[in-house]
Amino acid sequence: MIEALWGWPPPVFDPAGPYAESVTTLAWVLLGMGVAVTAIVVAALWVALRGPDALKRKLGGERTVWIGGVAFPGVVLTALLVWGLALTASLTADITGDEMRVRVTGEMWWFRVEYLDDDGNVLVADANELHLPVGEPVVLELQSADVIHSFWVPHLSGKKDMIPGRTTLLRVQADRPGRFGGVCAEYCGGPHALMGFVAIAHGQDDFRQWLAGKARRQAASAPGGGAGRRQFMDSGCAACHRVAGTPANGLAGPDLTHVGSRQTLGAGILPNNRGTLIGWIGDSQSIKPGNRMPSYDMLSAEELEDIAIWLEQQK
Amino acid sequence: MKAVGQIFGHAAALGCALGLAACKQPPASRYTFDAGLRDMGRHVIERAGCAACHEIPGIDWPEGRTGPSLAGFDGVGPIAGYLPNTPANLARFVRNAPAAKPGSTMPAMPISSEEAHAVAAYLYGIDDD
Repeated sequence: MIEALWGWPPPVFDPAGPYAESVTTLAWVLLGMGVAVTAIVVAALWVALRGPDALKRKLGGERTVWIGGVAFPGVVLTALLVWGLALTASLTADITGDEMRVRVTGEMWWFRVEYLDDDGNVLVADANELHLPVGEPVVLELQSADVIHSFWVPHLSGKKDMIPGRTTLLRVQADRPGRFGGVCAEYCGGPHALMGFVAIAHGQDDFRQWLAGKARRQAASAPGGGAGRRQFMDSGCAACHRVAGTPANGLAGPDLTHVGSRQTLGAGILPNNRGTLIGWIGDSQSIKPGNRMPSYDMLSAEELEDIAIWLEQQK
Repeated sequence: MKAVGQIFGHAAALGCALGLAACKQPPASRYTFDAGLRDMGRHVIERAGCAACHEIPGIDWPEGRTGPSLAGFDGVGPIAGYLPNTPANLARFVRNAPAAKPGSTMPAMPISSEEAHAVAAYLYGIDDD
Protein backbone atom coordinates (compact mmCIF):
# COMPACT_ATOMS: atom_id res chain seq x y z
CA MET A 1 0.00 0.00 0.00
CA ILE A 2 1.53 3.32 -0.99
CA GLU A 3 2.19 5.18 2.25
CA ALA A 4 2.04 8.68 0.78
CA LEU A 5 -1.64 8.18 0.07
CA TRP A 6 -2.71 6.98 3.53
CA GLY A 7 -2.21 7.67 7.19
CA TRP A 8 -3.20 10.41 9.57
CA PRO A 9 -2.35 13.26 9.48
CA PRO A 10 -2.18 13.15 5.67
CA PRO A 11 1.48 13.55 4.64
CA VAL A 12 0.78 16.85 2.87
CA PHE A 13 -0.28 18.34 6.23
CA ASP A 14 2.70 16.90 8.07
CA PRO A 15 5.88 18.43 6.65
CA ALA A 16 9.13 16.88 7.89
CA GLY A 17 11.54 19.41 6.41
CA PRO A 18 11.92 23.05 5.37
CA TYR A 19 11.06 22.53 1.69
CA ALA A 20 7.76 20.86 2.48
CA GLU A 21 7.07 23.20 5.40
CA SER A 22 6.88 26.36 3.27
CA VAL A 23 4.55 24.68 0.78
CA THR A 24 2.22 23.56 3.58
CA THR A 25 2.26 26.99 5.24
CA LEU A 26 1.44 28.68 1.95
CA ALA A 27 -1.39 26.22 1.30
CA TRP A 28 -2.95 26.89 4.73
CA VAL A 29 -2.73 30.67 4.32
CA LEU A 30 -4.26 30.52 0.82
CA LEU A 31 -7.01 28.27 2.13
CA GLY A 32 -7.67 30.70 5.00
CA MET A 33 -7.85 33.65 2.58
CA GLY A 34 -10.19 31.69 0.32
CA VAL A 35 -12.51 30.94 3.24
CA ALA A 36 -12.47 34.62 4.37
CA VAL A 37 -13.31 35.91 0.88
CA THR A 38 -16.06 33.32 0.45
CA ALA A 39 -17.55 34.41 3.79
CA ILE A 40 -17.51 38.09 2.69
CA VAL A 41 -19.18 37.23 -0.63
CA VAL A 42 -21.87 35.12 1.08
CA ALA A 43 -22.53 37.94 3.57
CA ALA A 44 -22.84 40.45 0.70
CA LEU A 45 -25.21 38.08 -1.08
CA TRP A 46 -27.35 37.84 2.03
CA VAL A 47 -27.45 41.64 2.31
CA ALA A 48 -28.43 41.95 -1.37
CA LEU A 49 -31.28 39.47 -1.04
CA ARG A 50 -32.59 39.84 2.50
CA GLY A 51 -30.74 42.74 4.13
CA PRO A 52 -32.19 46.06 5.29
CA ASP A 53 -32.58 48.73 2.60
CA ALA A 54 -29.92 51.03 4.07
CA LEU A 55 -27.29 48.28 3.79
CA LYS A 56 -28.48 47.34 0.32
CA ARG A 57 -27.99 50.93 -0.83
CA LYS A 58 -24.48 50.97 0.61
CA LEU A 59 -23.63 47.65 -1.02
CA GLY A 60 -24.72 48.99 -4.42
CA GLY A 61 -22.86 52.26 -3.99
CA GLU A 62 -19.83 53.33 -5.99
CA ARG A 63 -17.70 53.52 -2.85
CA THR A 64 -18.26 49.83 -2.07
CA VAL A 65 -17.31 48.82 -5.61
CA TRP A 66 -14.06 50.80 -5.44
CA ILE A 67 -13.10 49.49 -2.03
CA GLY A 68 -14.38 45.92 -2.22
CA GLY A 69 -13.86 45.35 -5.93
CA VAL A 70 -10.59 47.10 -6.63
CA ALA A 71 -8.66 48.26 -3.56
CA PHE A 72 -9.16 45.19 -1.36
CA PRO A 73 -8.25 42.50 -3.92
CA GLY A 74 -5.47 44.64 -5.34
CA VAL A 75 -3.77 45.16 -2.00
CA VAL A 76 -4.42 41.68 -0.60
CA LEU A 77 -3.42 39.74 -3.71
CA THR A 78 -0.27 41.83 -4.20
CA ALA A 79 0.72 41.32 -0.56
CA LEU A 80 0.01 37.58 -0.80
CA LEU A 81 2.07 37.27 -3.97
CA VAL A 82 5.07 39.08 -2.51
CA TRP A 83 4.84 37.12 0.76
CA GLY A 84 4.34 33.80 -1.07
CA LEU A 85 7.34 34.35 -3.32
CA ALA A 86 9.52 35.29 -0.35
CA LEU A 87 8.30 32.27 1.62
CA THR A 88 9.08 29.82 -1.15
CA ALA A 89 12.30 31.47 -2.36
CA SER A 90 14.30 28.65 -0.76
CA LEU A 91 12.69 26.16 -3.18
CA THR A 92 14.35 27.82 -6.16
CA ALA A 93 17.56 29.07 -4.52
CA ASP A 94 20.74 28.21 -6.41
CA ILE A 95 22.21 24.84 -5.69
CA THR A 96 25.67 25.32 -4.24
CA GLY A 97 27.09 22.03 -5.43
CA ASP A 98 28.27 20.95 -1.98
CA GLU A 99 25.17 18.91 -1.25
CA MET A 100 25.07 15.15 -1.40
CA ARG A 101 23.66 14.05 -4.74
CA VAL A 102 21.38 11.16 -5.57
CA ARG A 103 20.18 10.40 -9.07
CA VAL A 104 16.59 9.18 -9.16
CA THR A 105 15.35 7.90 -12.50
CA GLY A 106 11.69 7.24 -13.18
CA GLU A 107 11.10 3.97 -15.00
CA MET A 108 7.85 2.26 -15.94
CA TRP A 109 6.86 1.62 -13.03
CA TRP A 110 9.55 2.00 -10.41
CA PHE A 111 12.35 4.36 -9.34
CA ARG A 112 16.06 3.72 -9.98
CA VAL A 113 18.12 5.28 -7.19
CA GLU A 114 21.87 5.93 -7.48
CA TYR A 115 23.96 7.57 -4.78
CA LEU A 116 26.71 9.62 -6.44
CA ASP A 117 30.18 10.44 -5.17
CA ASP A 118 31.79 13.89 -5.52
CA ASP A 119 32.85 13.13 -9.10
CA GLY A 120 29.36 12.05 -10.12
CA ASN A 121 30.17 8.33 -10.25
CA VAL A 122 27.67 5.84 -8.91
CA LEU A 123 28.66 4.83 -5.41
CA VAL A 124 25.66 2.68 -4.52
CA ALA A 125 22.86 1.48 -6.80
CA ASP A 126 19.47 0.79 -5.27
CA ALA A 127 15.78 1.14 -6.11
CA ASN A 128 12.51 2.53 -4.80
CA GLU A 129 14.05 3.77 -1.58
CA LEU A 130 16.00 6.91 -0.66
CA HIS A 131 18.05 7.06 2.51
CA LEU A 132 19.11 10.50 3.64
CA PRO A 133 20.76 12.14 6.65
CA VAL A 134 18.64 14.27 8.98
CA GLY A 135 19.18 18.02 8.81
CA GLU A 136 21.15 18.13 5.57
CA PRO A 137 19.85 19.16 2.18
CA VAL A 138 20.15 16.46 -0.46
CA VAL A 139 19.98 17.29 -4.16
CA LEU A 140 18.11 14.81 -6.31
CA GLU A 141 18.96 14.63 -10.01
CA LEU A 142 15.61 13.62 -11.44
CA GLN A 143 15.54 11.87 -14.80
CA SER A 144 13.25 9.60 -16.75
CA ALA A 145 14.10 6.52 -18.77
CA ASP A 146 10.86 6.45 -20.73
CA VAL A 147 7.82 8.67 -20.17
CA ILE A 148 7.12 11.63 -17.90
CA HIS A 149 6.95 10.66 -14.24
CA SER A 150 6.77 12.94 -11.23
CA PHE A 151 8.68 12.52 -8.00
CA TRP A 152 6.71 13.31 -4.86
CA VAL A 153 7.48 12.60 -1.23
CA PRO A 154 4.92 14.94 0.38
CA HIS A 155 6.70 14.98 3.77
CA LEU A 156 9.88 16.30 2.15
CA SER A 157 8.98 18.56 -0.79
CA GLY A 158 6.54 19.47 -3.50
CA LYS A 159 6.25 17.46 -6.71
CA LYS A 160 8.81 17.66 -9.48
CA ASP A 161 8.41 16.15 -12.92
CA MET A 162 10.91 13.64 -14.29
CA ILE A 163 11.20 14.45 -17.97
CA PRO A 164 12.84 12.24 -20.59
CA GLY A 165 16.09 13.74 -21.90
CA ARG A 166 16.40 16.25 -19.09
CA THR A 167 17.81 16.39 -15.60
CA THR A 168 15.79 18.41 -13.14
CA LEU A 169 17.15 19.16 -9.69
CA LEU A 170 15.10 18.91 -6.53
CA ARG A 171 16.34 19.71 -3.07
CA VAL A 172 14.88 17.71 -0.20
CA GLN A 173 15.61 17.75 3.49
CA ALA A 174 14.27 15.85 6.46
CA ASP A 175 14.51 17.47 9.88
CA ARG A 176 13.47 14.39 11.83
CA PRO A 177 14.28 10.73 11.44
CA GLY A 178 11.50 8.60 10.05
CA ARG A 179 10.02 6.80 7.13
CA PHE A 180 8.18 8.90 4.55
CA GLY A 181 6.10 7.51 1.71
CA GLY A 182 6.29 8.78 -1.85
CA VAL A 183 4.52 8.22 -5.10
CA CYS A 184 4.72 8.88 -8.83
CA ALA A 185 2.47 11.90 -9.30
CA GLU A 186 2.18 11.96 -13.09
CA TYR A 187 0.14 9.35 -14.90
CA CYS A 188 2.68 7.14 -16.67
CA GLY A 189 0.59 4.25 -17.98
CA GLY A 190 -0.78 0.92 -16.68
CA PRO A 191 0.34 0.33 -13.09
CA HIS A 192 1.09 4.03 -12.42
CA ALA A 193 -1.09 3.90 -9.29
CA LEU A 194 1.21 1.17 -7.91
CA MET A 195 4.46 3.10 -8.41
CA GLY A 196 5.51 4.02 -4.91
CA PHE A 197 8.62 5.05 -3.07
CA VAL A 198 9.95 5.24 0.47
CA ALA A 199 12.33 7.83 1.91
CA ILE A 200 14.09 6.99 5.16
CA ALA A 201 15.82 9.68 7.20
CA HIS A 202 18.59 8.56 9.58
CA GLY A 203 20.75 10.41 12.07
CA GLN A 204 23.86 11.68 10.29
CA ASP A 205 26.28 9.09 11.72
CA ASP A 206 23.81 6.31 11.08
CA PHE A 207 23.45 7.45 7.52
CA ARG A 208 27.23 7.59 6.84
CA GLN A 209 27.56 4.09 8.25
CA TRP A 210 24.68 2.88 6.13
CA LEU A 211 26.13 4.36 2.94
CA ALA A 212 29.65 3.07 3.65
CA GLY A 213 28.27 -0.41 4.34
CA LYS A 214 26.35 -0.46 1.07
CA ALA A 215 29.36 0.83 -0.86
CA ARG A 216 31.54 -1.93 0.65
CA ARG A 217 28.97 -4.53 -0.36
CA GLN A 218 28.93 -3.24 -3.97
CA ALA A 219 32.65 -3.96 -4.21
CA ALA A 220 32.47 -7.39 -2.53
CA SER A 221 31.11 -10.72 -3.67
CA ALA A 222 27.49 -11.64 -3.02
CA PRO A 223 26.70 -13.47 0.23
CA GLY A 224 24.95 -16.84 0.26
CA GLY A 225 24.92 -19.42 -2.44
CA GLY A 226 23.48 -22.84 -3.01
CA ALA A 227 20.19 -23.67 -4.65
CA GLY A 228 18.71 -20.18 -4.58
CA ARG A 229 21.62 -18.51 -6.31
CA ARG A 230 21.76 -21.28 -8.91
CA GLN A 231 18.03 -21.03 -9.51
CA PHE A 232 18.24 -17.23 -9.86
CA MET A 233 20.94 -17.54 -12.52
CA ASP A 234 19.26 -20.48 -14.32
CA SER A 235 15.83 -18.88 -14.45
CA GLY A 236 17.06 -15.88 -16.41
CA CYS A 237 16.54 -13.33 -13.63
CA ALA A 238 19.98 -11.93 -14.44
CA ALA A 239 18.79 -10.72 -17.83
CA CYS A 240 17.01 -7.84 -16.09
CA HIS A 241 18.46 -7.70 -12.59
CA ARG A 242 21.91 -6.92 -11.27
CA VAL A 243 23.37 -8.39 -8.10
CA ALA A 244 26.84 -6.92 -7.52
CA GLY A 245 29.57 -9.52 -7.19
CA THR A 246 27.77 -12.09 -9.34
CA PRO A 247 27.45 -12.57 -13.10
CA ALA A 248 23.94 -11.08 -12.83
CA ASN A 249 24.30 -7.72 -14.49
CA GLY A 250 20.95 -6.92 -16.10
CA LEU A 251 20.02 -3.26 -16.05
CA ALA A 252 16.40 -3.30 -17.25
CA GLY A 253 14.91 -3.97 -13.82
CA PRO A 254 15.70 -2.83 -10.27
CA ASP A 255 19.18 -3.55 -8.91
CA LEU A 256 18.81 -6.39 -6.38
CA THR A 257 22.21 -6.05 -4.67
CA HIS A 258 20.50 -4.73 -1.52
CA VAL A 259 16.99 -6.09 -2.01
CA GLY A 260 17.10 -7.98 1.30
CA SER A 261 17.42 -4.76 3.28
CA ARG A 262 14.73 -2.83 1.41
CA GLN A 263 11.54 -2.02 3.23
CA THR A 264 9.24 -2.73 0.30
CA LEU A 265 8.84 -4.83 -2.82
CA GLY A 266 7.25 -4.04 -6.17
CA ALA A 267 8.12 -0.29 -5.87
CA GLY A 268 6.82 0.78 -2.48
CA ILE A 269 3.71 -1.39 -2.51
CA LEU A 270 4.34 -4.64 -0.59
CA PRO A 271 6.07 -5.30 2.71
CA ASN A 272 9.34 -7.18 2.20
CA ASN A 273 9.52 -10.66 3.67
CA ARG A 274 10.02 -14.20 2.42
CA GLY A 275 6.32 -14.69 1.79
CA THR A 276 5.86 -11.54 -0.27
CA LEU A 277 9.11 -12.25 -2.16
CA ILE A 278 7.72 -15.64 -3.17
CA GLY A 279 4.37 -14.13 -4.10
CA TRP A 280 5.99 -11.37 -6.15
CA ILE A 281 8.35 -13.66 -8.07
CA GLY A 282 5.68 -16.33 -8.54
CA ASP A 283 2.96 -14.08 -9.86
CA SER A 284 3.84 -10.39 -9.88
CA GLN A 285 1.22 -9.86 -12.58
CA SER A 286 -1.62 -10.61 -10.17
CA ILE A 287 -0.19 -8.07 -7.70
CA LYS A 288 0.77 -5.28 -10.12
CA PRO A 289 -0.95 -6.05 -13.43
CA GLY A 290 0.95 -4.84 -16.47
CA ASN A 291 4.33 -4.45 -14.76
CA ARG A 292 7.30 -5.51 -16.83
CA MET A 293 8.29 -8.53 -14.78
CA PRO A 294 6.62 -11.72 -15.99
CA SER A 295 5.03 -14.10 -13.49
CA TYR A 296 7.42 -16.99 -12.85
CA ASP A 297 4.62 -19.47 -12.40
CA MET A 298 6.66 -22.10 -14.24
CA LEU A 299 8.81 -22.45 -11.13
CA SER A 300 7.87 -24.85 -8.33
CA ALA A 301 7.10 -23.58 -4.84
CA GLU A 302 10.46 -24.96 -3.63
CA GLU A 303 12.34 -23.17 -6.41
CA LEU A 304 10.55 -19.91 -5.64
CA GLU A 305 11.40 -20.26 -1.97
CA ASP A 306 15.07 -21.00 -2.75
CA ILE A 307 15.32 -17.80 -4.79
CA ALA A 308 13.53 -15.84 -2.05
CA ILE A 309 15.91 -17.19 0.59
CA TRP A 310 18.91 -16.13 -1.48
CA LEU A 311 17.48 -12.69 -2.19
CA GLU A 312 16.73 -12.17 1.51
CA GLN A 313 20.47 -12.44 2.12
CA GLN A 314 21.29 -9.67 -0.37
CA LYS A 315 21.56 -6.74 2.00
CA MET B 1 -27.77 -12.61 -0.19
CA LYS B 2 -27.24 -12.42 3.53
CA ALA B 3 -30.70 -10.92 4.03
CA VAL B 4 -32.28 -13.67 1.95
CA GLY B 5 -30.35 -16.25 3.97
CA GLN B 6 -31.65 -14.67 7.14
CA ILE B 7 -35.22 -14.83 5.88
CA PHE B 8 -34.81 -18.52 5.11
CA GLY B 9 -33.15 -18.94 8.49
CA HIS B 10 -36.10 -17.28 10.19
CA ALA B 11 -38.53 -19.38 8.17
CA ALA B 12 -36.68 -22.54 9.23
CA ALA B 13 -36.68 -21.41 12.85
CA LEU B 14 -40.40 -20.74 12.57
CA GLY B 15 -40.85 -24.23 11.14
CA CYS B 16 -39.03 -25.70 14.14
CA ALA B 17 -41.09 -23.62 16.52
CA LEU B 18 -44.28 -24.96 14.96
CA GLY B 19 -43.02 -28.45 15.67
CA LEU B 20 -43.04 -29.54 12.03
CA ALA B 21 -39.86 -31.53 12.46
CA ALA B 22 -37.07 -32.01 14.96
CA CYS B 23 -34.68 -30.04 12.78
CA LYS B 24 -31.68 -28.23 14.15
CA GLN B 25 -29.76 -25.69 12.14
CA PRO B 26 -25.98 -25.91 12.23
CA PRO B 27 -24.51 -22.80 13.84
CA ALA B 28 -23.83 -19.97 11.39
CA SER B 29 -20.15 -20.07 12.31
CA ARG B 30 -18.34 -22.63 14.40
CA TYR B 31 -16.30 -20.01 16.16
CA THR B 32 -17.01 -16.42 16.99
CA PHE B 33 -14.44 -13.80 17.77
CA ASP B 34 -14.87 -10.23 18.89
CA ALA B 35 -14.70 -7.51 16.29
CA GLY B 36 -11.60 -5.92 17.83
CA LEU B 37 -9.53 -9.07 17.37
CA ARG B 38 -10.76 -9.53 13.81
CA ASP B 39 -9.91 -5.91 13.07
CA MET B 40 -6.41 -6.42 14.42
CA GLY B 41 -6.14 -9.53 12.25
CA ARG B 42 -6.97 -7.50 9.21
CA HIS B 43 -4.21 -4.99 10.02
CA VAL B 44 -1.72 -7.81 10.54
CA ILE B 45 -2.70 -9.32 7.18
CA GLU B 46 -2.08 -5.97 5.49
CA ARG B 47 1.21 -5.34 7.27
CA ALA B 48 2.58 -8.82 6.57
CA GLY B 49 1.39 -8.79 2.95
CA CYS B 50 -0.50 -12.13 3.07
CA ALA B 51 -2.52 -10.99 0.06
CA ALA B 52 0.63 -11.03 -2.11
CA CYS B 53 -0.09 -14.76 -2.46
CA HIS B 54 -3.71 -15.17 -1.35
CA GLU B 55 -6.97 -13.68 -2.45
CA ILE B 56 -8.61 -12.72 0.86
CA PRO B 57 -12.20 -11.47 1.14
CA GLY B 58 -12.24 -7.97 2.58
CA ILE B 59 -8.74 -7.13 1.33
CA ASP B 60 -9.22 -5.18 -1.91
CA TRP B 61 -5.64 -5.32 -3.08
CA PRO B 62 -3.56 -7.27 -3.91
CA GLU B 63 -5.20 -10.54 -4.88
CA GLY B 64 -2.15 -12.77 -5.32
CA ARG B 65 -2.48 -16.15 -6.93
CA THR B 66 0.72 -17.91 -5.88
CA GLY B 67 -1.17 -19.46 -2.95
CA PRO B 68 -4.76 -20.65 -2.71
CA SER B 69 -7.67 -18.23 -2.48
CA LEU B 70 -9.09 -17.85 1.02
CA ALA B 71 -12.56 -16.92 -0.23
CA GLY B 72 -15.12 -19.02 1.59
CA PHE B 73 -12.58 -19.89 4.25
CA ASP B 74 -15.30 -20.27 6.87
CA GLY B 75 -16.46 -23.35 5.02
CA VAL B 76 -13.25 -25.26 4.27
CA GLY B 77 -12.28 -28.64 5.65
CA PRO B 78 -8.88 -29.35 7.16
CA ILE B 79 -6.36 -26.50 7.07
CA ALA B 80 -4.16 -26.91 3.97
CA GLY B 81 -5.87 -30.30 3.59
CA TYR B 82 -3.97 -31.56 6.61
CA LEU B 83 -4.56 -29.99 10.03
CA PRO B 84 -7.80 -30.17 12.04
CA ASN B 85 -9.58 -26.91 11.45
CA THR B 86 -9.31 -25.20 14.83
CA PRO B 87 -8.35 -21.62 15.66
CA ALA B 88 -5.22 -22.79 17.51
CA ASN B 89 -4.06 -24.83 14.51
CA LEU B 90 -4.83 -22.02 12.10
CA ALA B 91 -2.84 -19.55 14.21
CA ARG B 92 0.07 -22.00 14.30
CA PHE B 93 -0.15 -22.54 10.55
CA VAL B 94 -0.25 -18.88 9.47
CA ARG B 95 2.74 -18.07 11.69
CA ASN B 96 4.97 -21.01 10.85
CA ALA B 97 3.44 -23.20 8.17
CA PRO B 98 6.39 -25.55 7.62
CA ALA B 99 6.40 -26.40 11.35
CA ALA B 100 2.63 -26.92 11.49
CA LYS B 101 2.50 -28.96 8.29
CA PRO B 102 5.83 -30.54 7.30
CA GLY B 103 6.54 -29.91 3.65
CA SER B 104 4.25 -26.88 3.40
CA THR B 105 5.48 -24.47 0.75
CA MET B 106 4.08 -21.49 2.61
CA PRO B 107 6.98 -19.82 4.45
CA ALA B 108 7.01 -18.78 8.10
CA MET B 109 5.70 -15.22 8.37
CA PRO B 110 7.08 -12.38 10.49
CA ILE B 111 4.18 -12.14 12.94
CA SER B 112 3.92 -12.79 16.69
CA SER B 113 1.77 -15.63 18.04
CA GLU B 114 -0.70 -13.04 19.35
CA GLU B 115 -0.92 -11.55 15.87
CA ALA B 116 -1.34 -15.04 14.41
CA HIS B 117 -4.40 -15.56 16.64
CA ALA B 118 -5.84 -12.29 15.34
CA VAL B 119 -5.24 -13.44 11.73
CA ALA B 120 -7.03 -16.70 12.52
CA ALA B 121 -9.93 -14.73 13.98
CA TYR B 122 -10.16 -12.67 10.80
CA LEU B 123 -10.07 -15.74 8.56
CA TYR B 124 -12.78 -17.52 10.60
CA GLY B 125 -14.84 -14.35 10.46
CA ILE B 126 -14.95 -14.34 6.66
CA ASP B 127 -18.58 -14.82 5.73
CA ASP B 128 -18.94 -14.60 1.98
CA ASP B 129 -21.38 -17.39 1.18
